[in-house]
Amino acid sequence: MTEQMDVIIIGAGHNGLVCGTYLARAGLDVLFLEARDAVGGMTATRAIDTDYHTPGLAQTSFPVCTQIRKDLQLDSFGYSVGKAADTISLEQNGAHLRIGQQGPSGQGVSNSDTMAFDQLKKEYLDYAKALRPLFQNKPPRLKDFDFKDKTTLAKLGWNLRVGLGSDSMNEFLRIATMNMYDILDEALENEQLKGALAADAVLGHHMGPRTPGTVLTWLNRLSGELNGSLSVVDGSDSQLGHALRKAAAASGASFRLNASVRKILVEKSRAYGVEMADGEKIKAPLVISNADPRSTLLDLVGAPELDAMFAQRVSQIRGAGDVAKLHLALTGLPEFTGLAGADLEHRLIVAPTMMYVERAFNPAKYGECSDNPVLEITIPSLQNKSLAPAGHHVMAVNVTFAPYNLEGGWEKAKDQFASKVIDQLCRYAPNLKSLIANQELLTPQDIEREYHVREGHWHHGEMTIHQSFMMRPLYGAAQYDTPIDGLFLCGAGTHPGGGLTGQPGHNAAQRILAMRPAS
Amino acid sequence: MNNYDAIVIGAGHNGLTNAAFLAKAGLRVLVLERNPYIGGASTSRELHKGWKYSNASYVCSLFRPEIYNALDLGRHGLRVIPVNSSMTFKQDGDYFGSYTQPNIRRREIMRHSPRDADAVVRFDADVLRWCKLVRGFLLRTPPNPGSLKPRDIFELAYLMKKFYELTEAQIYEFIRFFTMSIAEYLENYFENETVLTHYSGGSIIGTGLGVYSPGTAYVLLHHAMGDVDGNVGAWGFARGGMGSVAKALAGAFQSYGGEIRSDAEVAKITVAGNKVTGVELASGEKIAAKVVVSNLDAKRTFLQIMDEADLPPKVVQRARNFKIRGSSGKVNIALDGMPTFPALPEGSTLTQGHMHFTDTLKRLELAYDDWKEDRWSADPYCDMLIPSQYDPSMAPQGKHMMTVFVQYCPVNPDGGWTDEKRDQFGQTVIDQIGDYSPDFKDLVLHAEIRTPRELENEIGLTEGNIFQGELTFDQLAFNRPFPGYAQYRGPVKGMYMSGSSTHPGGGVMGAPGANSAREILKDLRKPDTTPEAYSDD
Repeated sequence: MTEQMDVIIIGAGHNGLVCGTYLARAGLDVLFLEARDAVGGMTATRAIDTDYHTPGLAQTSFPVCTQIRKDLQLDSFGYSVGKAADTISLEQNGAHLRIGQQGPSGQGVSNSDTMAFDQLKKEYLDYAKALRPLFQNKPPRLKDFDFKDKTTLAKLGWNLRVGLGSDSMNEFLRIATMNMYDILDEALENEQLKGALAADAVLGHHMGPRTPGTVLTWLNRLSGELNGSLSVVDGSDSQLGHALRKAAAASGASFRLNASVRKILVEKSRAYGVEMADGEKIKAPLVISNADPRSTLLDLVGAPELDAMFAQRVSQIRGAGDVAKLHLALTGLPEFTGLAGADLEHRLIVAPTMMYVERAFNPAKYGECSDNPVLEITIPSLQNKSLAPAGHHVMAVNVTFAPYNLEGGWEKAKDQFASKVIDQLCRYAPNLKSLIANQELLTPQDIEREYHVREGHWHHGEMTIHQSFMMRPLYGAAQYDTPIDGLFLCGAGTHPGGGLTGQPGHNAAQRILAMRPAS
Repeated sequence: MNNYDAIVIGAGHNGLTNAAFLAKAGLRVLVLERNPYIGGASTSRELHKGWKYSNASYVCSLFRPEIYNALDLGRHGLRVIPVNSSMTFKQDGDYFGSYTQPNIRRREIMRHSPRDADAVVRFDADVLRWCKLVRGFLLRTPPNPGSLKPRDIFELAYLMKKFYELTEAQIYEFIRFFTMSIAEYLENYFENETVLTHYSGGSIIGTGLGVYSPGTAYVLLHHAMGDVDGNVGAWGFARGGMGSVAKALAGAFQSYGGEIRSDAEVAKITVAGNKVTGVELASGEKIAAKVVVSNLDAKRTFLQIMDEADLPPKVVQRARNFKIRGSSGKVNIALDGMPTFPALPEGSTLTQGHMHFTDTLKRLELAYDDWKEDRWSADPYCDMLIPSQYDPSMAPQGKHMMTVFVQYCPVNPDGGWTDEKRDQFGQTVIDQIGDYSPDFKDLVLHAEIRTPRELENEIGLTEGNIFQGELTFDQLAFNRPFPGYAQYRGPVKGMYMSGSSTHPGGGVMGAPGANSAREILKDLRKPDTTPEAYSDD
């Protein structure tokens, strides 16, 4: 038995949902096929055990792109932006640094630090703003451009040359390829502040602060800030995944959960449907993959359907995950030295200096875990009480760096690494260990298995310059289409990359709708 | 007779190139050199009796043939002898050799990986394409992208045109090449660890980056786009050492009537009413000129020999932020005889080329991790040559001279450099070589060890950076040395820059000096004596 749809979307992660909803609202029959038992991908709530839940893999987020929020009327489906979270950079002695809406504060923060920080932030937000046409459209090709590419390039050129002005443009052209370490060293003096910003730039990436290109990853993050403040993801009904699911359903799209796609059906270089794990075939002239580019092209399509050099280039896409996720089920609220209870609603990080972050990165280059990892800690149960029994809590910790290809394998090292991280956490919250009721550590290999992302990379592929813009995921497939007619990509592996922005899904939908002959 | 049209500060190869082109156009030019000898980083000195060391730079390939021809350097005694191979010793007792002769090259790579022997053809073709493209830009002044002046717009249009002669795929490949790390870039071609490591090594020379740092792939060009006798990618020795480059340039300069004063340290560039008036020497002597060219690096130029009050604050800030972290050391060794290398077959010619001792990417990257912590690499990457094998002028008969370039070496190890630490650094290098040559240590008669401290103190390279500033994108082309000042003109009228701190950077190219001369002659409305880039390669 075969079904016939207009559009099949493989994977109901947030980008898939955004893309599919746009298409459904344009009048197409959209079917989402989701391998997991819930929609939302990395934003879907997961259980630690029967009593404790966490919001999923994404633990902090900027609001979804404002345009998408408006277009899809997400607010009417319950979407609301979470409470703005400050970043508190922890010190063992309790001399924490706080970066809030009003800029940095703390014992070691001087007036000149605050001023320098404000200036830096303003300057870089301006750059992020100037880059908007690039982020919000399909990446322009550099030759044989179409009209849309020309307008994108023209807008970008205008923003840089006229919007920023020639001095500021020249400065942008200087810093665009630099590393965070150098620009922070030029602008700031406070080591703790520099450490916190450096950690932001490398979060989720296989990069250290001294890796050239980290200014760009930071700019990408700042482009999220243009939509609003960072907040702690708490898994409540107001969160992106839920609102998107409702918006998609309201636009007439249908869902199948626990529906694993085995193969994208291709004939004469044209996709015509998918084959499910149980052998069922579903036909559709448009197949859109929210899965990462390597899984899509190498596993679901298969190298034999592709040009040999193209397949070779796909296999060379870099994207080995380097972050582990620790979830703790706690019987009470931990006490952090020097922090009040209300402070724990914010985002806590361990990244005291830039060199600390860089030293955490060093072992990852050789397939080893950081001795002293960079940590990002949230306690989502403070905002969403339903995550844990009354008075109990859950803690989510991003542990950077923990390489996918661990020397010696993860099997033996996993428990040891988890206890090491817990020991490290106890240096800031001494009573933590006594509160732990249950725990889970998701290594990049676990993330790969559970979220079906090759090599467990948050962003479906490293966001290095050579894998960005018109080269993301790779040239020849960077405008959301692929060499297979009718097959498109819409996930974080495409431009402009990861983060809960919805931007890749949006851009892909625009691209697909623009290509469709007017009916 | 204190009456000069132009003064060039620093008799390094770029200063001399610059001066020679100015003199050729009929200007009265004076070159002032702080040291008693000329050449800057291209100098050869006898520091041990009978042995001549090229103290700093040690091989010659990037020097622009257009300049060689325009200044007739052959007539002034510059001869470059090609170096035909490079090799890497493996820890397991084997070795990898890289030859220029295609059949031998292929056969040797085949011994390590048949797949890589096929890939090397693709690799060589791709690198050659980028070389040819970039070589065309070396003798051109970078445009200012923020400017609306016709010349900048024309130059940008010219560059775009060149760029668009590539296919779309080539354009993306070009961007990838410029933004990837060398290790990842080479992994697009090769699979064998030794092959990967061997070809990665060149990309970290002189840089404060590791083999996994994005932006190192293109540094490959700095070691591949030179040529010897028209063979692109070939390396060579200047006969008589790198001092011969400076000597030939000085000869050309003097043949046009130029004047060189050594032991003449400039204390200050004097400025009045936003115009240069000349220079003041450390001795107090003042020399007037309407044009003053600084061949010193950007930091020295703006922060040491210019008065902050004469400069826009932005320039001072830019100069302070200029990245010029040194990362290399050098060990020059006088040998009592030719050391043996048991890993090599009897009679191997590989000893005549570059020799390396680092055989894994991890070792290369670990060497970089040490530098980030302000330590010299415990297991450094060495580029070793024994030029006396074919240049008998470097050492007495039967004896040999060895030059070892060492990556990485910090500017400021914990507690600063001392002579003792310098010797320990040298010993690290000597021990590494000794591991592969059992008789080497007994043959050492004398060793000159140079850390960034020595490079700074003797040659005047700030922080001992061999390129007068790091070669990262934020400091290349229209960003070199700073945005808005990449066209060799300083912020003060009549003041120019000609050193490697300017486009296209270091490597004994002579191009910054020539480009700077072109701009000066244009401002003075004099005939352009500088050559155009080759169009025939």
